[in-house]
Amino acid sequence: MYRHKTDLKYSDITPRNAFLNRRQVIAGAAGLAAAGSIGGAAQAKLMAKKGSPYSTSEDANSFEDVTPYNNFYEFGTGKPDPAKHAHKLTTDPWSVEIGGLVNNPGNYALEDILKEVTLEERIYRFRCVEAWAMVVPWVGFQLSDLIARADPMGSARYVAFETLHRPDEMHGQKSKSFPWPYVEGLRMDEAMHPLTILATGIYDEELPKQNGAPLRLVVPWKYGFKSIKSIVKITLTEKEPPATWNLIQPGEYGFYSNVNPEVDHPRWSQASHRPIGGGLFAKRVPTLKFNGYGEEVASLYAGMDLHKLY
Amino acid sequence: MLAWTCTNCTEPMTLVQKVNSATRRVPAWLLYILLPVPGLWLFWQAVQNQLGPDPLDVLENGLGEYALQLLIAGLLVTPVRNLTKINLIKYRRAIGLMAFAYVVAHFTVYLLLDQQLYWDAIWKDITKRPYIIFGMSAFLVLVPLAMTSNNLSIRKLGPLVWRRIHWGVYYASVAGATHYVLMKKTWEFEPLMYLAIFAVLIGYRFIRFRRRMIA
Repeated sequence: MYRHKTDLKYSDITPRNAFLNRRQVIAGAAGLAAAGSIGGAAQAKLMAKKGSPYSTSEDANSFEDVTPYNNFYEFGTGKPDPAKHAHKLTTDPWSVEIGGLVNNPGNYALEDILKEVTLEERIYRFRCVEAWAMVVPWVGFQLSDLIARADPMGSARYVAFETLHRPDEMHGQKSKSFPWPYVEGLRMDEAMHPLTILATGIYDEELPKQNGAPLRLVVPWKYGFKSIKSIVKITLTEKEPPATWNLIQPGEYGFYSNVNPEVDHPRWSQASHRPIGGGLFAKRVPTLKFNGYGEEVASLYAGMDLHKLY
Repeated sequence: MLAWTCTNCTEPMTLVQKVNSATRRVPAWLLYILLPVPGLWLFWQAVQNQLGPDPLDVLENGLGEYALQLLIAGLLVTPVRNLTKINLIKYRRAIGLMAFAYVVAHFTVYLLLDQQLYWDAIWKDITKRPYIIFGMSAFLVLVPLAMTSNNLSIRKLGPLVWRRIHWGVYYASVAGATHYVLMKKTWEFEPLMYLAIFAVLIGYRFIRFRRRMIA
C-alpha cells in the first residue's frame, strides 16, 4: 500500500565513481585536470554494511531527489537554498562536545567517533511535517553506540542536541526570527532505540553539506525537523531539553513530534502525504502512525495521550 | 487635448506622451495572449519534471505568486495615472481577468493535484485552517468581479454599483497576501513584501479619498 513508483530505481543511479570520472573527463577537457583540483573532490565510498533488518524494502529516492530539496533554515528558508549555499560550510575539522550526565564527557573528534563504530546502511522512510515524504538510504551508526561510549549516568533521562552556530558560513543564522543555534531533544529511550541513528552519509557517499554534514540525527518515526543536522553538541540531561520549532510555535510543534495521521498540524492535515520523486501527478499516500514504525516504537509511548503530547 | 494644441509642434514628445501614444497602438487583447504564457510555461515544465524533486510545490506556489503579481499590476494603474499621467486604464480589465485566471489555476492545482479531491481534507482545510480560509475567501470575492468585468455589466449595474463591487479587489489582495504569509512556517520576507505592497497601494487610495472628502 505504501509503495510508490519512481522512474529511477536504486540500481539505476549513476554510481558516484562513474559520476566523478565523468566530471574528471569534462574537467580534463577543460584543462583543469592539470591543476590537480579535481583529485581532492573524489571521495572514497563509505562501504557501509548492507541489509539491515531495520531498512525498508521500498524503493529509495534518487540521490538527485534527496540532495537538492530539503529544509535547512541555516542556509535559507527555501528548499533549494541549502544545496545552493551549504558549500560555504567547513566540516573538517569537526568535533562533538559530549557532556552533561555522562562519565566520559569531552570533545570527541569526528574521526575518533567514527573509528569506534561500524557504518551501516539504513534505508528509512522520511516524513516531513509539511506532508511530503521520501525514502532515504542513510549511512550511519546507532546513536546508542556513541551514548554508551560516553557512559551515561543513571539520572540521565533526555538527550539534547545542538547544531553548529557559525553565521559567517550559515547566513540563515543572521536572521533574527530564529533562536539560533538549532536545538533538538529526545527522551533517553528514544535516543537508545536501535532505529535512531547518527548519519554520516547517503548512498554510500559522505553526507552532502546541505543534508547536515558531517553528522546528523535520523529518527525515522518522527517528523523530519527532529532529525537535527550538523551536530556539535550532545548533552545528557535530567529535564526535557528545548526543541527549536517547539520554542517558536508550541501550538504547532510538540516535543515528541511523532508522525501521527490522527493529529493534524494546525495548518494542514497529516492524514496523508505526497511522495517526492513521482512527478507532478504522484498520488497522495495515507500516512501511517509512527511513519510505519509502530511495531518497533509504539511501546515507547504506551499510556501516553499522543493528542496532547504530540 | 492640451498636448495637441501646443504652439511649437516641433518640440519632441515627452516620455509620458510617447507611452500614451504607444498604448493607442498596442491593443488590450494582446494581454490575453501574453499573460498566460508564464503559467503555461510553468505547467509544461512541471509536466516534463523539470522543476526539481517536487514539481507540484513549485507549480502551485508559482501560479499563486503570478496571481498576486497581476493583482499588484492592476492596482498600479490608478496611482500611475495620477502620479505620472501615463494612462494604462485600457489594459486594466485584461490584467484583472488574467489575475483571476491565475487564481483559478492555482485553486484547481490545489484541488486536483495537491489534495487530489480528498473532499474530507479539503473541507477541513476550508473550514478550519486560517491560511486556507484567507485564500478561499479571496477567490470567492473575486468571482463576482470577474463576472462583471465587461461593458454590459457596467451598463446594467451603473458605474456606482459596479465600482462598489470592484472594491472587493482590495479585500482579495490583502487576503491573498495574508494567505501566502500564513502558509509559511516562519515570517518570511517575500510574502510579507506582497502584503506591504498591497498595503501601500490601498493606503494610497485611502489617503487620496480622504483628501478629496476634505477638499
